[in-house]
Amino acid sequence: MREFAYARARSVDAAVALVADNPEARYLGGGTNLVDLMELGVERPELLVDVTGLPLDDVTEDGAALRVGALVRNSDLAAHPLVRERYPVLSQALLAGASGQLRNAATTGGNLVQRTRCVYFTDATKPCNKRMPGSGCPAIEGEHHNLAILGASDHCVATHPSDLAVALAALDARVDLQDLAGPHEIPLVDFYRPVGDRPDLELTVQDGALVTGVALPPLPAGARSAYRKVRERASYAFAIASVAAVLVVEDGLVSDVRIGLGAVASHPWRARVAERALLGGPATEAAFEAAAEAELDSATPLRDNAYKVPLVRDLVVAVLAGLAGER
Amino acid sequence: MAGPELASTVRLMLNGAPVELVVDNRTTLLDLLRDRLDLTGTKKGCDHGQCGACTVLLDGRRVNSCLQLAVAVAGREVTTVEGLADDEPHPMQAAFVAHDAFQCGYCTPGQICSAIGMLDELAASWPSAVSTGPVRLDDAEIRERMAGNICRCGAYPHIVAAIREVAGGD
Repeated sequence: MREFAYARARSVDAAVALVADNPEARYLGGGTNLVDLMELGVERPELLVDVTGLPLDDVTEDGAALRVGALVRNSDLAAHPLVRERYPVLSQALLAGASGQLRNAATTGGNLVQRTRCVYFTDATKPCNKRMPGSGCPAIEGEHHNLAILGASDHCVATHPSDLAVALAALDARVDLQDLAGPHEIPLVDFYRPVGDRPDLELTVQDGALVTGVALPPLPAGARSAYRKVRERASYAFAIASVAAVLVVEDGLVSDVRIGLGAVASHPWRARVAERALLGGPATEAAFEAAAEAELDSATPLRDNAYKVPLVRDLVVAVLAGLAGER
Repeated sequence: MAGPELASTVRLMLNGAPVELVVDNRTTLLDLLRDRLDLTGTKKGCDHGQCGACTVLLDGRRVNSCLQLAVAVAGREVTTVEGLADDEPHPMQAAFVAHDAFQCGYCTPGQICSAIGMLDELAASWPSAVSTGPVRLDDAEIRERMAGNICRCGAYPHIVAAIREVAGGD
């Protein structure tokens, strides 16, 4: 590991001032991804600015919305009574991720900016366009059985590993940020850049912007929500596919639906095509299946991950049918 | 030796006693315990947060010590497997012995620290992927909540039995 200096941030302003102008500085939150990447030599910061002492560790009601501080640990957020009551999909997504130990350390903000677990990205001896722009993408011909089927490019087929962010995408969450220009917020789905020809550029925000929290708008009356994740073992593994959904059915018709897909793209994938296909139509399994297939029309599976296409389709149908059937 | 800005003075409470030492900022809590403080009960398995052998209690909560930088836990309270027993073994330690809940024993300190942390989480009514409502601590529930601790000998049935006994479950 490269040697680095360490500083504890006294305020959000001070933290941003230390990191924003220094491309070799990183914020340290729970460290569950960053410290590992430093051990692997993938991240080589010269300065770590520890933000865990900042007062960003509360869940508060803000009108009808819920505001989650960036330092709220995954386990605390999953157990929070208001989250469990109002946003079951969020609690379920968090509990489907990692282990008890990791959830105790990992933060809300850190989860959103964690890096892909693509084996070429995490192996500093291998080419990788995300880690070393222009070096190539061995995953396209190599080990890609758990990589992207939607929105990928010839430059990168990595997936975003978060469960939390998939639920947040379906909840229309907004990300609170601070950079040198001050605080601002953007929709979570706009926080991530499409891959294109620069997979190294993952976020739309300025380098050194600090995630300070997440805002959850209220769900419409009658909304039900759920998260379902498929893994290669029963627990403690990243998704090979996941679905977060919010559904409102009135008189047998879909009056509101939001679908997030995980482990299929470089960022949490909001299934807008499927949502448009469903809105105003019947809440039937046939309609759910047709909508999922419409979304997956644009899928570009590789040699070893084509299984994800029917898997995601069936998962969408199962989750929506489950929500429609709940009474 | 690292220059002064690349090292830090760390003070923390370790198994109830204050500790102060200068560490290279790169030092993980796991390496601090094992290499600097001779507390080798905490084990290094994968060193990447994937096996749970290094589990300790940080301010009473279970964490992977391999992913905690020592400099970042300054001012906090760390409990390792060496700090669990008073005059008698901790009830979880005794239950692991009584149920023969190990073969090689390498994962055991992490399993025990994790199980103690897990039962505190249960007492706080934290949900799990198995149960989001009232919890019945059956085998499936214990296995899900202990999923962060891998045992390559496969001693899981006895580990589950030991934890169930301490929890007073059925």
